[in-house]
Amino acid sequence: MSARRTLLLAAGGLVLAIGATFLLDPFRNYQLALVAAYLCATAGLTVLVGLSGQLSLGHAALMAAGGYGYALTVNALTGAGVDGVARFLGGVAGAVVVSGVVGLLLGLAGARLHGPYLAGLTLTLVVAVPAVAASVPALQGDRGVRTAFDGVPGPLRSLIALEQWQAWVALAVAAVAVTGLVLLRDGRAGLRMRAVRDDEVAAALAGIVPARVKVLAFAASAVTAGLGGAVLVFVTQSVSPGAFPLALSLLLLVAVVVGGLGSLLGAALGAVLVVLLPWLVGAATDALPLPAAVVQRLDGTLASLVFGLLLIVLVAGAPGGLAGALTAARARRRTRRSLRGAAAPRPTDDPPAALPTTPSTPREPVRTPTEG
Amino acid sequence: MDRLVFLLGTGVARGTVLALFALSLVLIWRATRIVNFAAGAMAVVGVYVGVAVIGVTGSWWWGLVATVVAGGLLGLVVERGVLRFASPRSPLSGVILAIGLVVVLQSLLGIVFGQEHEPVPPPFSDRPVQVGGVPLLSPYDLFVVVVALGLLGALRLLFVRTSLGLQLRAAAFEPEVSRLLGVRVARMRTLGWVLAAAAASLAALLAVPNELGLNPHAADMLFVSAFTVAVVGGLDSPGGALLGGLTVGVVTSVVTGYLGSTLAPVAVLALLVVVLLVRPSGLFAQAEARLA
Repeated sequence: MSARRTLLLAAGGLVLAIGATFLLDPFRNYQLALVAAYLCATAGLTVLVGLSGQLSLGHAALMAAGGYGYALTVNALTGAGVDGVARFLGGVAGAVVVSGVVGLLLGLAGARLHGPYLAGLTLTLVVAVPAVAASVPALQGDRGVRTAFDGVPGPLRSLIALEQWQAWVALAVAAVAVTGLVLLRDGRAGLRMRAVRDDEVAAALAGIVPARVKVLAFAASAVTAGLGGAVLVFVTQSVSPGAFPLALSLLLLVAVVVGGLGSLLGAALGAVLVVLLPWLVGAATDALPLPAAVVQRLDGTLASLVFGLLLIVLVAGAPGGLAGALTAARARRRTRRSLRGAAAPRPTDDPPAALPTTPSTPREPVRTPTEG
Repeated sequence: MDRLVFLLGTGVARGTVLALFALSLVLIWRATRIVNFAAGAMAVVGVYVGVAVIGVTGSWWWGLVATVVAGGLLGLVVERGVLRFASPRSPLSGVILAIGLVVVLQSLLGIVFGQEHEPVPPPFSDRPVQVGGVPLLSPYDLFVVVVALGLLGALRLLFVRTSLGLQLRAAAFEPEVSRLLGVRVARMRTLGWVLAAAAASLAALLAVPNELGLNPHAADMLFVSAFTVAVVGGLDSPGGALLGGLTVGVVTSVVTGYLGSTLAPVAVLALLVVVLLVRPSGLFAQAEARLA
């Protein structure tokens, strides 16, 4: 897909999504804004894992970095008397800088590590970031940082509700983030990432510097996650350590795998599931005649139970995730159609490989003669 | 000074528990090349069973037996039911399956037992004993050190001195050759999971009285620290697990004592970063260790 076509598609999609906000009530628009915020993070994560083959369990920490970057910049700008669009853009820039720096550092570490080591480092990060946020005085501890209220701009005030405006902003940021990732994926950098993922040695022989490619993937993924964090803070007007727990990190990973690893459509499906599934399950348990104590216990936990089961079933049974299952079904239908009448129609069961395989990465690292 | 001695003492006690938990990760890594990211959640399931048994029988010792048995059984179920589906071609697939398992187990525990922190009293006094006017270890800490070191020693004997241990090691390092020589590799792999899960459950039971209490997330930090331990020690080296455990235990104890408990995770992160920058595959991961 050419870059111009991508941009046109993104602009068209954004206009359609903004049009759709007129059909939704305020609560649905609020949910849409949340979906857009999580989409930034899941899209970044799916590009990182699917394209460069690096696993991050720490994307909630990167969202937190973006959220704090946004909140601190916005509060500094408020103090300086700036407001409106300039303040919002300044905050977004702050989010990009902070999450980008954290992502760059993580990427530098990630370029040296592989598989479980990187996963463990990012896991530790996601436990440590709330601890840092809670103990640094400038971040106001467990209460977190509150930001000024961003209302609907003057000219639009009589036309749209606050939730609709927030959905617009969230959708616009998500559109920019996802478009950036699509351009990255389709461009030269994406090709290099796939090369490094599939065979690091061959890529190096072809003149690619694997470490540089890995760091770029991590930084890009971190910046989009940070944008997601900024959008969350814009919508809720506060950021606190408790908003980005380990569970959120796991949920983001579950979302991209359930949606279909490596596919941006999958990331979108995953983001929708993250917001809608808890709400749907909540609505279902409210509708059933259950005692209040039971409902309270099921609140939140039942949704994650469903998520976890989905994840296990999908990884074990349908490695392409939801998006992969859709493509596979379409491919099967097409083959069946083309084979109709031919002798012995054979289902070509070749779903897209979801989990990147890294045949070149020594699975027993210490045995290589250069190490240890 | 007194305070430092006391912190070192509790650090050693915590460190041996971490070493036991980390050994569980090392066992599974050696046998299957999977880091069991679900180890914490699995161990907590064992502890819930154990605490229920303590409640019924009134005996802490029956609870300990129940924890170990439940942990081992869960290891069996998880290996046979979930992680055998991990693709051997992709190092990520095992991690992702394990994460799914964490989410499932923790939400099941939350649904059945709720999210409250349930206090678990230790079987011995946890007030420190004074030695020459200096507060040192509590009897419970001493008990923890003895049990954890005893178990580490027993596992070492099992692996190095018995024919079963030889088969376990052979199945982990040369599955193809071992199969040709008549080792039941799949069975050894399952046995490795059972041993590892039982050890992790016991470690979690020993750690819980010193934590806030029992809750579905009680072992999250234990797992993160134990992972750090396993990396510091090298994921391949059981001896490294003990040394790494003592290091991480003492570091977290001293940081908690002087700077507050919120900074303990930061100290763990810092330690992990430093070690990984110096040696990306752990301090004690060496060719010799792998041959053992």
